[in-house]
Amino acid sequence: MIPLLLHLAVSQPHLDDSWITFDIPSFLQNFWPATFDGLTFGAIYGLIALGYTLVYGVLNLINFAHSEVFIVGCYGVVFVLTTLGFGPNPPTISIAAVIGDMLLAILVGMLASAVTAFLLERFAYRPLRHRNAPRLAFLITAIGASFAIQYTIFLIRGPNPEPSVTMFVPEPVFEVFGTTIDSQQITIVVAALILMIAADTFIRRSRVGRGIRAVAQDPDTATLMGVNRERIIVITFVIGGLLAGAAALFYVMKIPSGVQYNGGFVLGIKAFAAAVLGGIGNVRGALLGGLLLGLIGNYGQLLLGASQWTDVIAFVVLVLVLLVRPTGILGTSIARSRA
Amino acid sequence: MSTTDGPTLIPDAESAKDAIDRETSRGPRKLGWYSRAGDWWAERSRPQQWAFLVIVVVLAYALPVLNPPIITTEPGNDWPIACFQMALYALVAVGLNVVVGYAGLLDLGYVAFFAVGSYTAAMLTSPDSPFLHIPYLWTVPVAMAVTMFFGVFLGVPTLRLRGDYLAIVTLGFGEIVRILATIIPAFHGQVGFQNVGHPPGVDGTGRPIFSNSNGTPWYWLVLTVIIIILLLVGNLERSRVGRAWVAIREDEDAAEIMGVPVFKYKVWAFAIGAGIGGLSGALAAGQLGFVNNQKFDVVTSMLFLAAVVLGGAGNKVGALLGGAIVAYLPLRFTAIAPYKYLIFGLALIIIMIFRAKGLLAARQKLLAYGKSTYARVIARSEQPRTSEPTADGGKKQ
Repeated sequence: MIPLLLHLAVSQPHLDDSWITFDIPSFLQNFWPATFDGLTFGAIYGLIALGYTLVYGVLNLINFAHSEVFIVGCYGVVFVLTTLGFGPNPPTISIAAVIGDMLLAILVGMLASAVTAFLLERFAYRPLRHRNAPRLAFLITAIGASFAIQYTIFLIRGPNPEPSVTMFVPEPVFEVFGTTIDSQQITIVVAALILMIAADTFIRRSRVGRGIRAVAQDPDTATLMGVNRERIIVITFVIGGLLAGAAALFYVMKIPSGVQYNGGFVLGIKAFAAAVLGGIGNVRGALLGGLLLGLIGNYGQLLLGASQWTDVIAFVVLVLVLLVRPTGILGTSIARSRA
Repeated sequence: MSTTDGPTLIPDAESAKDAIDRETSRGPRKLGWYSRAGDWWAERSRPQQWAFLVIVVVLAYALPVLNPPIITTEPGNDWPIACFQMALYALVAVGLNVVVGYAGLLDLGYVAFFAVGSYTAAMLTSPDSPFLHIPYLWTVPVAMAVTMFFGVFLGVPTLRLRGDYLAIVTLGFGEIVRILATIIPAFHGQVGFQNVGHPPGVDGTGRPIFSNSNGTPWYWLVLTVIIIILLLVGNLERSRVGRAWVAIREDEDAAEIMGVPVFKYKVWAFAIGAGIGGLSGALAAGQLGFVNNQKFDVVTSMLFLAAVVLGGAGNKVGALLGGAIVAYLPLRFTAIAPYKYLIFGLALIIIMIFRAKGLLAARQKLLAYGKSTYARVIARSEQPRTSEPTADGGKKQ
């Protein structure tokens, strides 16, 4: 066997460009645009990663179906925008009307995602919790739910992506390092940051947030201290859903033709990788991990060529982080963050 | 770390009693719909078991030739090829059962190992590939070795951590393999590799026996492989390794404390599972004669998992049955074929909530050779058990 394999390795005729090529000139040339674009994607990853992180903190469970919670939000956003007359061409209505429509779309998207997350918790996870099921059962249910939602969408909307929706044409706003920053990038990053700070503040300051932290720290003691654990779990799922629904609008803005029945799947893995990179269970870690992953992914894509390399790179990052530092960069968990 | 597996608030007497109740008194009834069959089987003598097995095996071999009228697939689905598909899924389920059923590790990217096996076989035999060409049958062990390498490569970083990480890393791997097959030019993307090799031999008319359209010899080949794998896996199950797996599945911390090298045996289980996945991938590539990047959707992993869970995780006969059912239903009832992912996804949720043990439950039994020893140990352990559950059961009612 071993001589055979050795022979195999030696006899490979051309290993040069049929496997992996590094395009360094393109990387150097497009470094700054890729950086700002990567941060934009990173903000979206961060918002989705928060959903993974919150549920993980409270339940110690990877909610595989969170990517489907997100994609349902995308469908909600696209549905509202197409109903309001948006299409592939930029709209001709006034700026204020566009902003109003976008607000409506984000609200519907958040609602759709939150309802999906709520139903998921209610009908898939809660019966298992009540039965004291083993951990494996939760994970199997999660993956079953994920594909069940995906293929429900598939049966309703078919295999093709939804028609693209353009909300506004990105206009250059200012210039940094010879690179123009457009209004779309600013909108996404600023809005995502506001949402994440709001979520962070909610968890640190509010009464419910204190409950979430208590349950994450020690569910039994929290219950004894009068925290309604079931309610906290439901709220956590709903918050994760709301943030995913908001991310849905930004995703549709950034990639107008990316709304497909299985479009959330790879994004979910990337967001999870972001959560692990920043430190799973850590709210600020989700943001940091998201932004870093957005950058790494974009640089890798530049260096290696095809856009699908971002997915591969996110996966490699995930495996490397697990190998070197499984607690992530910021480590710790929601539980240990102080108010 | 405080796990939140469920409301294990205060271990009071009542809940402890409940636990005992669950484990013992209602044990036989909880085992499975067909637990009677298991009891019946255990009561037979060795010659009777052998005779029965021979009949089953002969019937299994005769299946594609018999083509039973009601069982057969609907027009449009070739019956011998359907048999091959069923056998292939059964083989995959047996492999995944080692990972999920025995060691309790969730592998959600099993299709990736299947893909690696397929590509290994294709790239070593197809005239489209620039590599060294070896006879098809030699690619099977090579494919197993390559996939086992990937299994170890993925397992080592993740198996030290909690099971959830393994699940998502394998889920990612399932998709990544497909993406890599698309974007790395050497894998030919959608064009793929034509004319993948097959085992040697020609029939009277000079046509190869193992042709793509002739499912019967392929079915027999896979069935033989299944029997060999079942013997090997069965031996592993009853060995030190198998006992370690069950200990890890039931309680990893306890197993570690009792001196089981948990990490080592988890890697073992994962690598063996991966190897069987690669084996089935190589067989599938040979039968189809064509490999490209379109055949390895990550959702197929979910079908594989559904096969194991449906049949009964931890029970190899259950896994066989589950695999065959998952492959058979969409071929028999073509009307449900478009809905199969939805159906099996929902089935996973429903099974987990209402019947976590699947159709054929894994039986909690002494994993050791020797029927007489087993009977003696059972007889001895039965005595103290009988008194407690009756008192307990009386109180419950």
